[in-house]
Amino acid sequence: MTAPEEVVLRMDRVCRTHGQGQFRVDALRFVNLTVRAGELVAVMGPSGSGKSTLLNLAGGLDTPDSGTVQVMGQQISTLDQTARAGLRRRAVGYVFQDFNLIPALTAAENVSLPRELDGVGLRAARNEALAALDDVGIGDLADRFPDDMSGGQRQRVAIARALVGPRRLVLADEPTGALDSTTGEEVMAALRGRIDAGAAGLLVTHEPRFAAWADRTIFLRDGRVVDSTGTDLTLASLLVGGHAEGGHPDFPIPGADR
Amino acid sequence: MHGGIVSVRLGLLALLADQSMHGYQLRQEFEARTGGTWPLNIGQVYTTLARLGRDGLVEAVGDGPAAQGVAGHDAGAAQGLGAEAATERYALTEAGRAEVARWWTTPVARSAPARDELAIKLALAVTVPGVDVVDVVQRQRTESMRALRDFTRLRRAADARDEPKDLAWTLVLDNLVFTTEAEMRWLDHVEARLARVARVARLAGVAQPDASRTGTTPSTGAGARATASAPERGKRR
Repeated sequence: MTAPEEVVLRMDRVCRTHGQGQFRVDALRFVNLTVRAGELVAVMGPSGSGKSTLLNLAGGLDTPDSGTVQVMGQQISTLDQTARAGLRRRAVGYVFQDFNLIPALTAAENVSLPRELDGVGLRAARNEALAALDDVGIGDLADRFPDDMSGGQRQRVAIARALVGPRRLVLADEPTGALDSTTGEEVMAALRGRIDAGAAGLLVTHEPRFAAWADRTIFLRDGRVVDSTGTDLTLASLLVGGHAEGGHPDFPIPGADR
Repeated sequence: MHGGIVSVRLGLLALLADQSMHGYQLRQEFEARTGGTWPLNIGQVYTTLARLGRDGLVEAVGDGPAAQGVAGHDAGAAQGLGAEAATERYALTEAGRAEVARWWTTPVARSAPARDELAIKLALAVTVPGVDVVDVVQRQRTESMRALRDFTRLRRAADARDEPKDLAWTLVLDNLVFTTEAEMRWLDHVEARLARVARVARLAGVAQPDASRTGTTPSTGAGARATASAPERGKRR
């Protein structure tokens, strides 16, 4: 069990550029972000603002051009491919808009699969999966196939799978995007429950109503964090005036992103 | 616009339709049923009761030491909170009952919009020179998001308690959630419109001052940068 307050994800002055020359896009510019155990952080911003790049970097699917990304104390950029894949698999879980469950497997099998891949025995993996399904309120649906479940139920399976075993970081990309608002609330309640039990989460959403379940929301625009309802933008970093092109590394120059 | 005063007046009348009450009870009930979202001070309750008495909609009844008509209490006396005002019970008159019935059957007027500070502020921001409108929008978005999060937390706490007495209060919370959501949607819309206007102006090759105001400024919390003039921003670039 992770101690509360423990930093699960830390991104420090992270930059990521896609493309080159005239097609160069600064997807993320000097982003700082810390997510602790028990904390859910929402990420909002228009399309193209860097939300997906942020999630990919947080999950080790991509590496920054500069700056550092640490997940559960391990710095992702210093790991080789294999080690990075290992960390990604053991520490991070994903929840997508379209559920991404394996239709030929039951709910319990979907959830136990990552544990079997972790090398846990079949029986133990199944027991963990049943417990994980209980945690999101659908223990009674363990032997159903995804096709026989509602969207909200499927998404709860995905949340259970994302955080089964030692996994502590859940990266949710528009998890309520395919759901009506009542079902979306149920899914958020399940996600929030797992976060409150000690996981850490990053939630990309364009719905303020769902972002409101997070402890804080950061707003991205053109790859920069332009505002936050919480404390990632320290006063010190804000007070440093702009100098040199692109501004102080910790923070954009007003108006420089045009 | 006197929406606030009207709803206190009608709110108190509606509560009295249930049973006669003391002023302090009225205040308690009003706050309990709206979750303390719109706190009333006791002076306001007695002032309102005095007016309602003057209009013949309520009367003092029963167990007070001086069970005289409320009409005698003018606003000044009510603010003084004489012991008698505090101990009197108030009840609806026939006219008061009719007024409450009329309230339930008449929709709340929406044709004359209440003054909304944010709408006024943005209407002025896009017309007064030197305002970074996008920054104004983002600061508001952050503030509204914070409020929405807090309303949602309260809502979740109420859901967890699951008590029937929370019904009225959770509906008030839902109202706040929906209203804040609508406000955030409108902010997105404002931003999109500004971007479109700026794009059109750029395409037309017009050096329109408004079009240059689509940059973003980080929040400093101090507000000083919000008013950074265009030339200043140009230099920093």
